[in-house]
Amino acid sequence: MQFMLLFSRQGKLRLQKWYVPLCDKEKKKITRELVQTVLARKPKMCSFLEWRDLKIVYKRYASLYFCCAIEDQDNELITLEIIHRYVELLDKYFGSVCELDIIFNFEKAYFILDEFLLGGEAQETSKKNVLKAIEQADLLQENLDFQIRLLPGVLSASVSSESSGLFQS
Amino acid sequence: MSDVVEKTLTALPSLFDSQTGAAKISNRLKQLIKSITELTSKHDEESLIKQELSAMKEQVSAPSTSMKQMREIMVRSMYCEMLGYDASFSYIHAIKLAQQGGVMEKRVGYLAVSLFLSEGHELLLLLVNTVLKDLQSTNLIEACMALTVVAQVFPKDMIPAVLPLVEDKLSHPKEIIRRKAVLALYKFYLIAPNQVQHIHAKFRKALCDKDPGVMTSSLHIYLQLIQESPDAYKDLTGSFVTILKQVVGGKLPLDFNYHSVPAPWLQIQLLRILSLLGRDDQSTSELMYEVLDESLRRAEMNHNITYAILFECVKAVYTIHPKAELLEKAARCIGNFVLSPKINLKYLGLKALTYVVQHDAKLALQHQMTIIECLDHSDFTIKRETLELLFRITNAQNVSVIVEKMLDFLRSCSDEHTIIHLAGKVAELAEKFAPDNSWFIQTMNDVFSIGGDLLQQDISNNFLRLLAEGSESKEEDDQLRLYAVDSYLTLLNGDASHLPQRFIQVMSWVVGEYSHLQECVDQSEVIRLLMKLLEQKSVSSETRVWILSALTKISDGQTDLILELAESISSSQDTILRQQAHELRHLSLDSKLHEWVLPRGAAWDDMEVDSSLSFLDGFVSEALAAGAAPYKPPHQRQEELCEQRALNLEPYSFSLPVSLSSCSITDRHSPTLLSVSSGLSGNSTELSQKAGASTLILEGVKRVWGKDGYLPQKETAVTASPVDEPSAAVQPVGQQEAAERLEPQPEPSTQTNDKQQLASSLFVGLSTQSSTSLLGKSEAPPPRFRKKPRPHGSSLSSSSSSGTSEKSSSSRTSHNTTDSFLYGSLLEEEPAGFDHTPKSITANGLGQNKDVKEDRRTNTSQILGSDMVIVRPNTIQHNPSTSSDLTTLLPADLKDLPHSDVISLTSDPSLSVSSCRVFRDEALLLVIFISNSTETDIRDVAVQLNCDQLETVSLRGNIVDCLEGRSVSVCHYALLMDDPHTNVSFTGSVSYQIQPGHTNTLSFSGTLSTADFIRPLVVTTDEYGKLWLSLSHDVKQNLKLLTDAGDPLQTTLNALKDTLQLHIVDIIGSEGIVACRLLSGAPCLLHCRVNGSALAMWLRSPLPALPDCILYHCQRALAQH
Repeated sequence: MQFMLLFSRQGKLRLQKWYVPLCDKEKKKITRELVQTVLARKPKMCSFLEWRDLKIVYKRYASLYFCCAIEDQDNELITLEIIHRYVELLDKYFGSVCELDIIFNFEKAYFILDEFLLGGEAQETSKKNVLKAIEQADLLQENLDFQIRLLPGVLSASVSSESSGLFQS
Repeated sequence: MSDVVEKTLTALPSLFDSQTGAAKISNRLKQLIKSITELTSKHDEESLIKQELSAMKEQVSAPSTSMKQMREIMVRSMYCEMLGYDASFSYIHAIKLAQQGGVMEKRVGYLAVSLFLSEGHELLLLLVNTVLKDLQSTNLIEACMALTVVAQVFPKDMIPAVLPLVEDKLSHPKEIIRRKAVLALYKFYLIAPNQVQHIHAKFRKALCDKDPGVMTSSLHIYLQLIQESPDAYKDLTGSFVTILKQVVGGKLPLDFNYHSVPAPWLQIQLLRILSLLGRDDQSTSELMYEVLDESLRRAEMNHNITYAILFECVKAVYTIHPKAELLEKAARCIGNFVLSPKINLKYLGLKALTYVVQHDAKLALQHQMTIIECLDHSDFTIKRETLELLFRITNAQNVSVIVEKMLDFLRSCSDEHTIIHLAGKVAELAEKFAPDNSWFIQTMNDVFSIGGDLLQQDISNNFLRLLAEGSESKEEDDQLRLYAVDSYLTLLNGDASHLPQRFIQVMSWVVGEYSHLQECVDQSEVIRLLMKLLEQKSVSSETRVWILSALTKISDGQTDLILELAESISSSQDTILRQQAHELRHLSLDSKLHEWVLPRGAAWDDMEVDSSLSFLDGFVSEALAAGAAPYKPPHQRQEELCEQRALNLEPYSFSLPVSLSSCSITDRHSPTLLSVSSGLSGNSTELSQKAGASTLILEGVKRVWGKDGYLPQKETAVTASPVDEPSAAVQPVGQQEAAERLEPQPEPSTQTNDKQQLASSLFVGLSTQSSTSLLGKSEAPPPRFRKKPRPHGSSLSSSSSSGTSEKSSSSRTSHNTTDSFLYGSLLEEEPAGFDHTPKSITANGLGQNKDVKEDRRTNTSQILGSDMVIVRPNTIQHNPSTSSDLTTLLPADLKDLPHSDVISLTSDPSLSVSSCRVFRDEALLLVIFISNSTETDIRDVAVQLNCDQLETVSLRGNIVDCLEGRSVSVCHYALLMDDPHTNVSFTGSVSYQIQPGHTNTLSFSGTLSTADFIRPLVVTTDEYGKLWLSLSHDVKQNLKLLTDAGDPLQTTLNALKDTLQLHIVDIIGSEGIVACRLLSGAPCLLHCRVNGSALAMWLRSPLPALPDCILYHCQRALAQH
């Protein structure tokens, strides 16, 4: 995987992880172009996109778009599932995760991502192991300003608000 | 907003200290985020963040800021960076935080580092010590964090420092540590493969790890390794198959299930590895049939993840050696994808089809209706993939329909990359399958006007070359040219202001060159049209040069118009235009000169270039007599420059070529004009080369080219047009078949009728083609515009010309399309000191000239090299049974040189190709033997060798017009390696004709290593010492010491010397010094010292990459010993 971007429906970047060395200017340009392209696509369209010499795999969860760039020989469907697994991990960690969780605790979202994907490759695909690693690190932190809720979140129906869960039926 | 700012500004460290806990601290981020969301304009956001950043900047440098606050600031600056603002002041503090903070601060610090600093950032060096410390920490979390950061960003040069620690972690009791260590090694392998060369055994250990997570991680490394050299890992096939069997059989812990599918990531990784191992290898493929079958069978659940596995399975089945039963199942799978209502699956189905139709065109036929539907799909992605699929199944019968579809798509497309990509494909198809002249020209017009200036340069170059080179029949060529001229004149008569520059350039070249073919158009009318173009504001100055060149060519007899034009341009700002105007006037005043310089319709006819510039001799000697400085070649000048470093002469050396570009003149080289312009300097050849402007396409060598200059002339006239035959024969059958397939369709409505019509036109010809074997690609019908075989044309020539300035490309005009550069660099060894080679030798009728040539070759190899490559190689009666005695066929002058064994590259029933490397001092000679295994003659054998990383300095015997039965032809390429690469692979092909008109191609590939390009450097110990001090790039590494016999140092060095061509300069006690160089170029010095049981090697070289490469080969040599 070359990079992963999370952005909102309004085009605001929420998370960016680059697995290839690029200069800041190039990163910004790519982000701007991609956000535009992806947001312009209609919901029924397919989740893949040929873009420059890369393949873009994206999926929308509630108000957030998860967008990965892979190379041509990579498997698009499994990348889609990587996104899904990441959302599952976030959901389990935050408990019914919503965009606000990611905005306010973006560093946590990064920690989870780093446990799941390392250097652009899936590192640990067992959900239990990823969360265990994160919790162990978290336990060292005194004064947690949030509760780790391990119960799976209640699915929310509302789509438009930022505070709705990313998972919808 | 102001509230926040105020708070931020007044925020004193004490404020935080008094408040307890992180809760308050993280409020700062919350506040920031909230206030940003409340803002309405981008401008407000900008000023808010600027203030926030400057407040943070102040705070981080305050000594009283605690680590905890630092952590909070770091989070905020990460946030600001994500929003696109520059927080680079905090980078150094991120490193500090990782270094000094407690565990939690470290975590944030490391995260910030991995987000802020990308590979190669200089600050990363400061992180090395922290990482080292944390890797040794007994705290699991700290070690984890260090490994995580190492696996993401780490300075390449510092890898040796952490490598032993990371290696140790491979046997750590905790699997999470082992897993991260494996991924860190994977990262190291990606950025510096040489550094981890010696720990391949440990990769195997990781593969056998009892924890499935660690094993999965190790597969990333294996996938990479196997991609690079599948042959080295065939022995692991069994293990991979066993692992996959266990995974598919559900033997892994349930934790690894994903939506009740066992370890899908692992499965996919294994399938990819297996397909790489099984490609073109029947026995290895047989090992995996069973497990592939099992995977196909198991993946039944209707979930994305099973489709992901199925897709990979299908790809594997079609990549490895085919097995009918599996192919059938895979084809059914593809059917499920294509027919799926889910759009993602449909896309993958199309992608799979695109991959598969190369092997089995029938499959596309089965799904023709779906493909037609996808062609009109509203989703851009689907449409594009469908076109990709159609591109693969294009043949002479469906080409016009498919190209029409592609052009339609292009017209509605706005994405640059797509346009460049697709327009190139349309041009390719048009050239290959064009049914007639008008269609071809019309299609190319569309390509040029839609693709515009985005198009790759080689599309227009190829097109012009095709027009100019022509085919066998002059009449047909002229028709094509005439059609082009007509079509362009019509276009130019209309509104030409919207036409892309590239298109105008093509048009003006064609009109300039061929408008005389059109007799019913007055030349003055053409001139008027071109002049109208010149006046347009939208026309770029490069294009103006093209137009002017065209005008120059047709100016004959139109003196009045032209003089007026020349007058108006001669006051132009642009020096090149002015220069051209000058020439234009000169030529139009002297029609004799014009006739001689620009003979009409002879763009491709023989042309002689006296590259020795002997006609300047008089001028030079006069100049010398008058006190001018004698000419010095560039390298000598360079040396002098180095000696007198104090004076920087560079600006002057650059200014010279500008005036020299005037030698460009017109495209036909005119000695008279040349001598005029070369008055500017002592010797123009060298300078014009140096200028990189290549204004004169002299390239330092005398040569003669022409219509068939570098090609063996066809000895028999081709009886019938090769295109019409097969298409006429095939068409009815194809249509019939397609029609039959359509019959069972129920009650077609008018709409479906349309679609079916489309289908029958799209898929025509496929069914007949598909009758060929599954693997063997169906033989392409002979293309309409047969390009003549030439040694690796476009890419080389484009690479050599890419560096030239716009100026040069414009002033070259008519030769833009020739391969002239190419030949410049392909010519044999030294430029010939001889001057005229009789034209007849290269022109036509190679037959009668053979003998002359043969004689010449025995006398001087120089002549051979200089006259355009048609060298008749040694053709020796020989029975090509074993390859070993092929070495006896090496030319006499090479026999005594050190050479490798002959290895077989490839073979087919008629030809077999083998190669041998001959180590010459200044180059590597790759000798290619082409043996005719049949009793009959094989004609028009042409060898092409492609290797981007190497430079071909000369070649000999790559084209043989007749290879007699059971004989062997020898051709050799002299190759140079300018930039060291550990291994370089080359590809190539041999095209030949058994029957006239049917060209077969046999491709081959192979690898060369740096070791082939290393030559001993003989120096004394003193010289070595001096050289050592002058070299900058060094690499140190411990190597294995061979201790099995005698003196370990001596043994090891001898072992190295045996494999690599090194020169052992001296051995003193436990130290040894060794020297070598890259061909006759950059030296590399090796200093070896026995250090316990290891050999500490220290390499230095002026080339940064050379030590790495040599080190790699040393490691390999010792490992294999």
